[in-house]
Amino acid sequence: MSDFLRLEGLEKRFGETAVTRGVSLSAGRGEIVALLGPSGSGKTTVLRLVAGFEVPDAGRIRVEGEDVTDLPPERRRFGMVFQHYALFPHMTVGENVAFGLRARGAPAGGARERVAETLSLVGLAGFEDRRVTEISGGQQQRVALARALAPSPRVLLLDEPLSNLDPGLRDRTRRELKRAIRKVGITTLFVTHEQEEAFELGDRVAVLHRGRLEQVGTPEALFERPATRFVASFIGRSSVLAAVWNGGARLEGGAVWPAEPGEPLADGAPVDLVVRPDALVLAAAPRPGGLAGRVVERRYAGRSAHYRVATGAGEVEVLAAADAARDGDAVVVAPGPAGPLPLAFARESDS
Amino acid sequence: MRKRRGAPSSPSLRERAGARGVPWPALLLVLLLFWLVGYPLVLTLLEALGAPHWTLAHFGEFARRPAEWAALWASLWISLATVALAALVGVPLAFVFERREFPGRRLLGSLVALPVALPPLIGVIAFLFLYGESGFASRGIQAALRLSAPPWRLSGPTAILLVHAYSMYVYFYTFTRAGLARLDGSLLEAAASLGAGRGRALRSVTLPLLLPALSGAALLTFMTSLASFSAPYVFGGSFRVMTTQIVASKLNGDDALAMVETVTLAAVGLLGLWLLRRLEGTRLAAGGVRGIAPRRRVVGTGRWAATAAGWGLTLFLLAPHATLLLVSFVPRDTWTTEALPPVLSTGNYRALFADPVRLTPIVNSLWMASAATVLAIVLGLAAAIVAVRRRDGWGGAIEGLVAAPWALPGTVFAVALAAAFSVRAPWAGRFVLVGTAAILPLGYLVRSLPLTGRAAFAGLRQMDPALLEAAASLGASRAMRLRRVVLPHVRPALAAGASLAFLAAVGDFVVSIVLYTYDTRPISIEILSSLRIQEIGVAAAYGVLLTALSAAAFLIWGRREG
Repeated sequence: MSDFLRLEGLEKRFGETAVTRGVSLSAGRGEIVALLGPSGSGKTTVLRLVAGFEVPDAGRIRVEGEDVTDLPPERRRFGMVFQHYALFPHMTVGENVAFGLRARGAPAGGARERVAETLSLVGLAGFEDRRVTEISGGQQQRVALARALAPSPRVLLLDEPLSNLDPGLRDRTRRELKRAIRKVGITTLFVTHEQEEAFELGDRVAVLHRGRLEQVGTPEALFERPATRFVASFIGRSSVLAAVWNGGARLEGGAVWPAEPGEPLADGAPVDLVVRPDALVLAAAPRPGGLAGRVVERRYAGRSAHYRVATGAGEVEVLAAADAARDGDAVVVAPGPAGPLPLAFARESDS
Repeated sequence: MRKRRGAPSSPSLRERAGARGVPWPALLLVLLLFWLVGYPLVLTLLEALGAPHWTLAHFGEFARRPAEWAALWASLWISLATVALAALVGVPLAFVFERREFPGRRLLGSLVALPVALPPLIGVIAFLFLYGESGFASRGIQAALRLSAPPWRLSGPTAILLVHAYSMYVYFYTFTRAGLARLDGSLLEAAASLGAGRGRALRSVTLPLLLPALSGAALLTFMTSLASFSAPYVFGGSFRVMTTQIVASKLNGDDALAMVETVTLAAVGLLGLWLLRRLEGTRLAAGGVRGIAPRRRVVGTGRWAATAAGWGLTLFLLAPHATLLLVSFVPRDTWTTEALPPVLSTGNYRALFADPVRLTPIVNSLWMASAATVLAIVLGLAAAIVAVRRRDGWGGAIEGLVAAPWALPGTVFAVALAAAFSVRAPWAGRFVLVGTAAILPLGYLVRSLPLTGRAAFAGLRQMDPALLEAAASLGASRAMRLRRVVLPHVRPALAAGASLAFLAAVGDFVVSIVLYTYDTRPISIEILSSLRIQEIGVAAAYGVLLTALSAAAFLIWGRREG
């Protein structure tokens, strides 16, 4: 895909703190890219740099080859949906959606058709005269989307677009959001801290951690081939166990588990072993390769249950049959016969 | 219609408060408040109507005199012009301080709000000392240009307007700053991302959202200006507004006409309050509380402009008060034609405390203001406790009576109290208090009541009713709930209200000039007599003392609010 939107080495510090460090990322025309990371990872700052609300200390932002880094936000022609929507409370739905058209010179009446068209795109046809304070949260979210899309921006930016909605409403709104974006075919960058949201909406997902881009890839790539320890542990509820690398992973207490190196590792190096819950099994009796522990929490989820087990090598989460063990039981955790191999990364000094 | 703030409490505690039988506390409170606030006004109205010989003759007399219409018109146009001028100073000032970052911003930002904490009379004499005929500025210009006479005369409507704008810009300044601080920064970002430049964002987003704040400030300024007495009294000369007209009629012994004028002024004030209520009713549900205010800009040349504007405006606005301080160190008859005072000494201050005649007003002001404040706290708190959780008419009546003096000019209450309490008729609740030491504290109390009352009501309304229910379920008696839950909760708000009440009382001039006697004369009256006998330095020293008292009350009590 051609690079429609390019971020090149974006750096931003607030006082002494560097919030983004050399973030480089590109998106093809019509591609939806998710910026995923925990709070404080710098993802919102990246979005605000792209929007033009912050000025980067270093790095460039290009759209279709045009350098927009020094353009003020009002001249970038980027649409933005804010986390709390930022709908103008003193205007009607129609006036909100028309705002961007008017600001770009549309006559008072001339915007009407486009407003109606955009509102019907988000499923709010005929809502023009409603007050934005009188409609539901889900509807406000859609008005915010319509307002951003109405002036036909080059890029759409979404800041945690679903975080303000009730969990029940989120699934439906997510599907509608995806449908609307696809229909318009606009290049989209959106910020979220929810893996599920990033995976479902994003063509590609960029994982940010402490201002650095850890990995960019399709959801499958992130899940199957995490590039760093952070990505491996952040994606998919994985647990991290302390081990020593010897071609496999030797855990505290002597058990040796087969593992795959996530990066080149020397024999005898201390490693963090990242294990997915579905790659482990629970057993009642000691067995070769088994790690002894005690169930400290059991979360029932229908046929299966999530067990949190305290072991000598750290706490580990295991997905097993609902009747595999009870709270407080002494158990043995071992690698399952079929699951993906655990990944080993060099131990991070500060963890 | 109007939603009560705070979650609805479970009915049990509230119902017990008075659903059964006569609500005695509420009844007694309504009677007391009515006697204090409503009764004098009713008596004034009755006297204006010539009771017991009902007649409209006094109103007819009022309507026939061109001077009365002139005064009424003057009150109105002066107030409207004051609103415009005050907005012109206050709004840009608020933008500079809220939207720009420059050295000294925080300190100057609170300094420019200071004039509102000072008694109006202080602003007036400070202005007189700086810009008056023999003031600092006029002398300077006269000396610099070698003129034979002062370059201007400070009198009439122009002078009144200038003084008003000088002191009342603070309403626009504080309201606009608060409005700007509340404004959700992401709304401006949204406007920018939609292509709106700064001018457009200001026009179509910022100003419409500031509208409630601006209209609130406009109304407050209008009401304050309508009630203003010191500036028209000192600078007006033959130019009369309603407040000075009332006092003149009263001093001329034309009581009936004074009553009619008072009723007219009260009616205009109430009309203003009605407008305010309507505005509050239609107030926009501000959607922007969640976001963060936009960061202050710190860029290149803008920074220098902002620094210059911030410092320049602050110095300009506080120059009169600095002059007041300077003049207070000038001994009598030592400053005649020089541009700068040749001699400075602390003699004026020593005279204030050494001479018993000069000390009396200070002692009077202190004890009368303190007594009024304590009573206003007790009454305001009692009113709030009894009324806040009532949804019946009693609650509304109590709140209305507590708030009423805020809507009416001080002159109205002064005249009403003078009318009500100069007659001995105990069976009608009337006693001769005029001429005694009780009348001024009573007058101050009435004027202060809305300040403590409003604070107590606000404090109690913010309290989660579940706290009282929790205390009750833990076995706390009514007294213990009051002492351990209610009082700690309202204390910060009440302290702030009390500091404002004390400020209003200690600096009062409007009520005092109608009701004082020689023995009870407060500082403000003494300032005026000192000016009259050319004791400029002493008047300034009193002014500085009053300023210091006000500032101390403001800082000591006001601080706790945070």
